[in-house]
Amino acid sequence: MDPLTAPAPSLDVRGLAYAYPDGHQALFGVDLTVERGERVAVLGPNGAGKTTLVLHLNGILGGGVGTVSVAGLPVCREHLAQIRRQVGIVFQDPDDQLFMPTVREDVAFGPAASGLRGTDLEKRVAAALERVGMAAYADRPPHHLSYGQRRRVAVATVLAMEPEILVLDEPSSNLDPASRRELADILRSLDVTVLMVTHDLPYALELCPRSVVLSEGVIAADGPTRELLVDEELMRGHRLELPFGFDPRFVPVAQRSSPQKRI
Amino acid sequence: MGAGHSHKLYRRGHSPVHSLPAHCKLIAAFCFVLAVVCTPREAMWAFAGYAALLAVVAAVARIPPGFLLSRLVIEIPFVAFALLMPFVVPGERTTVLGLSVSVPGLWGAWNILAKGTLGVATSVILASTTELRSLLLGLQWLRLPPLLVQIASFMIRYGDVIADEMRRMSIARRSRGFEARGVRQWGVLAKSAGALFIRSYERGERVHLAMVSRGYTGVMPVIDEVRASRTQWAHAATLPLAALGVCLMGWTL
Repeated sequence: MDPLTAPAPSLDVRGLAYAYPDGHQALFGVDLTVERGERVAVLGPNGAGKTTLVLHLNGILGGGVGTVSVAGLPVCREHLAQIRRQVGIVFQDPDDQLFMPTVREDVAFGPAASGLRGTDLEKRVAAALERVGMAAYADRPPHHLSYGQRRRVAVATVLAMEPEILVLDEPSSNLDPASRRELADILRSLDVTVLMVTHDLPYALELCPRSVVLSEGVIAADGPTRELLVDEELMRGHRLELPFGFDPRFVPVAQRSSPQKRI
Repeated sequence: MGAGHSHKLYRRGHSPVHSLPAHCKLIAAFCFVLAVVCTPREAMWAFAGYAALLAVVAAVARIPPGFLLSRLVIEIPFVAFALLMPFVVPGERTTVLGLSVSVPGLWGAWNILAKGTLGVATSVILASTTELRSLLLGLQWLRLPPLLVQIASFMIRYGDVIADEMRRMSIARRSRGFEARGVRQWGVLAKSAGALFIRSYERGERVHLAMVSRGYTGVMPVIDEVRASRTQWAHAATLPLAALGVCLMGWTL
């Protein structure tokens, strides 16, 4: 594709470094580009700086070195409202994400905050709940749902904002195998760019053709997920371990129509 | 709206009273109580009239009398206070059932008892016909400070979450052989309460982060616009208007 007419990548992180006010430095120059429509996993042990990276993507953290841009729009104070519509972050604990008294109101929160009202709002909410298969639960309070259902509603709350990129923080944590598979089916059916932060390696292999390893605040590796997972030295070097008996070489991975090539 | 959001006070139903918008009911209840309070205590028949009005509303709302009466139990502490008054208030004495009581005290007790009971009954009817959620929307419509409405709605959402956390902590304590027997164990309980407070505080921070991520800028977006038609206002107004009539008669007769 002609680089001049190519759409801007969904996410472009350049030389991002950040130290917390207490002096602890979490990121040491991260470079990451995610093209439109790609599904990328960010793998890394606890304390690698994954959450810090996520909070930079919609400008909650900032003020360090480097730049982040979303669909060509730099993340800075004057674009913050638009950036937060375009970057949909699904946090790890759905009880933190779902803060309104009913599912419907919770899904409506984001679009309503950006000014949508009336029937447009209703349509947007219904469509988002439909996509995660939770339309029948619109009037339930979130704490009456199962954990897997809450996670799905949490995904709907950000889908309702029609984001450019969906960022999931540990999407498979605390899910039983059935809920895990249901969530994977939903994520596969979505037509958005996905950045998935996880240390659940089989889940990354199942969903994301490409992965990056974030370790000690830098991107230590970037490539096809399977190739990274079979590289034992790389895995060991960054405290990443496959579950017992799991061999990525023998797992069939459904190849989706390949996303736009990275330039 | 809001199936499954059941609260102990709320009684599901489809009566004309249930279907009135919350803010109409709030205003009607408030004005009714105002009329009751303004009635002179000597007009005893007026209070019977108010009780009859409430009985009609309860019947329209299909609230069984037993349900209403059992909810009135909350009033008991105030009743105890009212019953003390005839004995402690100084003034002219009279004899009732062989006990010497004061006349102004008796009037004061009657005043508190009658007006209090009517007020409690009004709010019980309001609570059993209005969902907590729509009550909050009604309060929002009535321009209650938005911060208070937000705090109240977070209480509804997170009350169960925090109670659950408390229950898990108690199970963890008991699993390690802890029994709260007396004053000596209060230290442990206090530390648990502190831990619970810190956990809730941290959850609050995470919730705020999630809200900011979805475009929260300090104002809750309007999701449900509450509106009431002219007829709904008229229906809601019948109770306070009738009460006003009774009140005026109480002053003039």
